[in-house]
Amino acid sequence: MTREHITTTINGDPVEFLCDAEQTLLDVLRDELRLTGSKEGCASGDCGACSVTLDGRLVCACLVLAAEVEGHEVTTIEGMAVGDQLHPLQQKFLDHAALQCGVCTPGFLVAAKALLDRNSNPTETEVRFWLAGNLCRCTGYDKIVRAVLDTAAEMRG
Amino acid sequence: MRYEVPETKGEAVSLLAMAEGGGRVLAGGTDLLVQLRSGMVKPDVVVDIKKIVETREITAENGGFRVGAAVTGAELDEHKALKKLWPGVVEAVELIGSTQIQGRASMGGNLCNASPAADTVPALIAAGAQCHIAGPDGERTLPVEEFCTGPGVTNLQTGEFLVSFTLPSRPPHSGDAYLRFIPRTEMDIAVVGVGVSLSLDSNGICVAARVGLGAVAATALLVAEAADALIGTSVDEGAIENMISAIRSACRPIDDKRGTIVYRTQVSGVLAGRACRIALQRAEQS
Ligand SMILES: Cc1cc2nc3c(=O)[nH]c(=O)nc-3n(C[C@H](O)[C@H](O)[C@H](O)COP(=O)(O)OP(=O)(O)OC[C@H]3O[C@@H](n4cnc5c(N)ncnc54)[C@H](O)[C@@H]3O)c2cc1C
Ligand code: FES
Ligand code: FES
Repeated sequence: MTREHITTTINGDPVEFLCDAEQTLLDVLRDELRLTGSKEGCASGDCGACSVTLDGRLVCACLVLAAEVEGHEVTTIEGMAVGDQLHPLQQKFLDHAALQCGVCTPGFLVAAKALLDRNSNPTETEVRFWLAGNLCRCTGYDKIVRAVLDTAAEMRG
Repeated sequence: MRYEVPETKGEAVSLLAMAEGGGRVLAGGTDLLVQLRSGMVKPDVVVDIKKIVETREITAENGGFRVGAAVTGAELDEHKALKKLWPGVVEAVELIGSTQIQGRASMGGNLCNASPAADTVPALIAAGAQCHIAGPDGERTLPVEEFCTGPGVTNLQTGEFLVSFTLPSRPPHSGDAYLRFIPRTEMDIAVVGVGVSLSLDSNGICVAARVGLGAVAATALLVAEAADALIGTSVDEGAIENMISAIRSACRPIDDKRGTIVYRTQVSGVLAGRACRIALQRAEQS
C-alpha cells in the first residue's frame, strides 16, 4: 500500500509525515508524531478528548483523516503552554482542581481556549453549550466551568 | 483505501465513476469516519470534495443563496445574511452535534448520509431547497424531498455527487423555523423534527407554506396537506389545529427505544404547532 506524504503545520512548526489513507489525525498525532496529549476516549466524535483546532476551528481529531491536513494548520494541547509558562487556562484548571484522572483535560483546555479566543466574556450558559461536546467522567462539570469563567475574567483584566 | 482530493467537479466525477460504486465522498467526515472506523463502509477510494470551490462557497444568487454542499455548520452560523433570510435552516444545522462537530459537519453530508432523522432535511424541504448534482452525464437539479429514497439510500447514481444547494429568495413577510424533539437538550438523535416555512400577504393571509417532517418515516417528508391547511388562512389557532391533524396523519413512525409510534405521532403534532407559531412570528416581523 502506498503511503501518503503529508506536509502540514502543527503548533506553528512545519511537520512532514507519512500515513495510510485510513489513519485519522488523532492516530498520526499520537502514534506517529508522539504528540500524545490528545486522547482517544471514543473515536466517534462523542467525547471531545481528541479536540484540536484545524485552521483555527475546533474539531475532533478522531473525525479528521490525517491526509486532510495537507497544507493546513493544526494546533494541539502541546502548543498551549509556552515553554514552562502555563496558559492561564491550564493554571486555573489546577487552581480550581478542575481535573481528576486528566483524560478529558487536554480536550477541555483546547476547546475552552477556542471559546475564549472568540469570546473573551462568555456567560456560564455559553461556556456550558460550547463545552457540551467534551465529556468528563470524574470531575463533574462545575469546577471546569468555574475555571473557564475565572480564566476569562482574569484575562480580561 | 486511497485518499483523493480533486480540485474540480470533473475530476471528482471521474474518480467516483472509475471507482464503480467503491468510492465515497468525504465532506466533514462526521458520519463517514465513524462508519469507516466501525467497518460499516469499506470504500476503495475516499474522494475529499473540500478543495472544489463550489462545495465550499456561500454566494448570493437571485435574491437567495447558493450554499456549497461541504460548507460547515460553523460557517453557516457566521453568515449573517443567510441566517436572516433562512433562520430555520440555520437553526436546524446548528442542532447537529457539539462545537467540534459544527466545525466540520455539512448540510450536504447530513442529506447524503440519508438518515431519516437528519436534522437539516425537514428544514431544507420546508425551505424549498434544490440540490445541484454533478455526474458523468453533466449536472442536474433535484428538490431536497426527492433526494433520499430510503434509510441510507439516495437518488445519486454512480459517479454523481452533491455540489451545492439553492436556498431560494423569498417575499417580504416570510419566516421559517425548525424544531426537533430529543430526550435530552443536546447531542442526541431526533425523535421527531419539523420544519415550517410560510409567507404572508400584506393583510396577514398565508399565501405560501411548506412543511417538512423528519424521523417519523423512512425518509423526511414534504407534507402538502399540512401546508394546505395554512394557505388562505390568517394562521389562526384553528388553521394550526388543522395543520397538526394533517401532520399526525402523515406520520409513519417506527417503535424504538427513543419513542413509540403513538408517542412520536403525538409529539409530531405538538412540535409542528410550535414551529408554525415561530415561523409566523418571524414572518410578521420581516
Ligand atoms: C457526536 C455527533 C453528533 C451528531 N449529532 C447529530 C444531530 O444532532 N443531528 C444530525 O442530523 N446529525 C448528527 N450527527 C451526524 C453528522 O454529524 C451529520 O449528519 C453531518 O451533517 C454530516 O456531515 P459531514 O459533512 O460530516 O458528512 P460526511 O461524514 O463527510 O458524509 C456523510 C455521508 O454522505 C456522503 N456525502 C457527504 N457529502 C456528500 C456530497 N456532497 N455528495 C455525495 N455524497 C456525500 C458521504 O460519503 C457519507 O456517506 C452527529 C454526529 C456525531 C459524530
Ligand atoms: S476520541 Fe474523538 S471525540 Fe472521543
Ligand atoms: S478528569 Fe477524568 S474524565 Fe475528566
